Amino acid sequence: MILKKKEVRVLTPLGMMGYGIPEKWYHKGVEWKPDVITVDAGSTDSGPQKLGLGAMTCSREAYYKEFELLLDTCYNKKIPVFISSAGGDGTNAHVDIFLDIVKEIAGKKGYHFKIAAIYSDIDKEYIKKKIRQGKVAPCGPLENLTEEEVDLASNIVAQMGSEPFIKAMKECKDLDIIISGRSYDPAPTAAYAIYHGFDLGLSWHMGKIMECGALCAEPAGRNIFGIMHEDGFTLEAPNPAEKCKSYSVAAHTLYEKAHPYLLPGPGGVLDLSGCNFEQISDSAVKVSGSKFVPKTYTVKLEGAKPVGFRTICVAGIRDPILIGQIDSYLEHIRERVDEFVGDPKSYELIFHVYGRDGVMGECEPDTETVPKELCVIIEVAAATQNQANMICNKARTELLHYPYEGRIATGGNCGFPFTPLEIPLGEVCKFNVYHIMEIDDPTEVFPIKYLEV
Amino acid sequence: MAKMVALKDIAKVLRSKNSGPFEVTIDIVFKNNDDYKKFMNSGVVTTELIAKLYKLPQEKILTFCGFEAANAFKITIPRRRNQGSIGETDMHAAQQHAPLLSIMIPWDKE
Repeated sequence: MILKKKEVRVLTPLGMMGYGIPEKWYHKGVEWKPDVITVDAGSTDSGPQKLGLGAMTCSREAYYKEFELLLDTCYNKKIPVFISSAGGDGTNAHVDIFLDIVKEIAGKKGYHFKIAAIYSDIDKEYIKKKIRQGKVAPCGPLENLTEEEVDLASNIVAQMGSEPFIKAMKECKDLDIIISGRSYDPAPTAAYAIYHGFDLGLSWHMGKIMECGALCAEPAGRNIFGIMHEDGFTLEAPNPAEKCKSYSVAAHTLYEKAHPYLLPGPGGVLDLSGCNFEQISDSAVKVSGSKFVPKTYTVKLEGAKPVGFRTICVAGIRDPILIGQIDSYLEHIRERVDEFVGDPKSYELIFHVYGRDGVMGECEPDTETVPKELCVIIEVAAATQNQANMICNKARTELLHYPYEGRIATGGNCGFPFTPLEIPLGEVCKFNVYHIMEIDDPTEVFPIKYLEV
Repeated sequence: MAKMVALKDIAKVLRSKNSGPFEVTIDIVFKNNDDYKKFMNSGVVTTELIAKLYKLPQEKILTFCGFEAANAFKITIPRRRNQGSIGETDMHAAQQHAPLLSIMIPWDKE
């Protein structure tokens, strides 16, 4: 039996571990006596290459610097630190790199910690079995998951809910640190509040807002402090310039979610339709009325596969005679390259034309403006780096010299800012697993390892 | 006749963002409930308009829904290309709100 606390106090120093904690306001947040410090390191936002190639969102050095600050507090003030989605993608390998950083700092400074590491790589055979049982479904507008795609994925992780954190807290009462693999972003904060007996809806909602740091404040900031009560939670940023306003907190609730007030997560849906956002001081907001509706327990799977190698070339065009016929000109270049390669299915050639529709593509609403200059980025993807380099080289030389109607500038058709003129980008990946999977026990696929350093 | 004002001059927030790797979500947030109601009552932003601006069939629109507690309206659509893969132009889908900026809304002063 866990004795219910009167309130739960949480400090989140920033929305993405590794991006830089503003130390002055972090220390002020620590003075507000948090019961726990939670930091999320995870996101798929920066692309599939992390999962596909095993890269981390930030460098080990960037994480190390933040770990030093967090572990100083953890050891000296006896405040537990929960870090989720190690390395960004939350693979087992990145959980181990985070553990390694903790061990290194503890060794250097003579700190002692009790640590729980929660892993989230999912065995491919286990997923295939779930596919055959009909327990895997797309999470969004994409295809059903096939066993073949499971095999093609470099790594597959699942987003854990609150339960693995709660299990770790129950099994090791005086835990100092939790490092978790891929987690639903609000999970560490929500888990701490749920463990102490608070409402599921309020706990998930507080976690959802706090996982982005003080993005809910105006102006948006980093350190955010939340206090959970029986009937709601309050939010305030330690930096007095970053003010939580009822509208800024309400608006943040919608942030990067598909639906404005129904937020599906592990084990259920957070329903915010009856929520109230109350301004309780110039810089603090109280949120109440958040409801959690339990559903069949599912976790989200994430995986990515390599799909080839890329090379790019960056070119600038200033000559209005060419700019006036850029569309047909680039089609000529494409034909020349197709002819040269011979097999148009073996590669992709994409012209990004900045100044025309580089950002919006076919959805660019302004088709009237004639630009003064254009930046053309030639993107080539092929099976090997050499092949991508060769095709990009062909496209680049054609772009430089191929004649166009009315040309009077015979020195070259474009200006190149960078060398090498063809820039190899290495392997390119694609998300091929983004599906929900039913599981019976919310902790069954997330093994926990306890260790002391 | 009502005065016409561009959405960018009425909304407090008009943003787009990826919601996972397969969806783009657009938020239009108003500074108060009056503005939110005026926007809702104008009936200018419809699924037809979104389908036209984003060149997709109406039935592909995933969310088209207001949230009065936040004085906000949300539209979620599928991404045109797989996030961060070949041909990406906007990894975080952070600039996909642009076609909505100059949509004109009838806006009478109270």
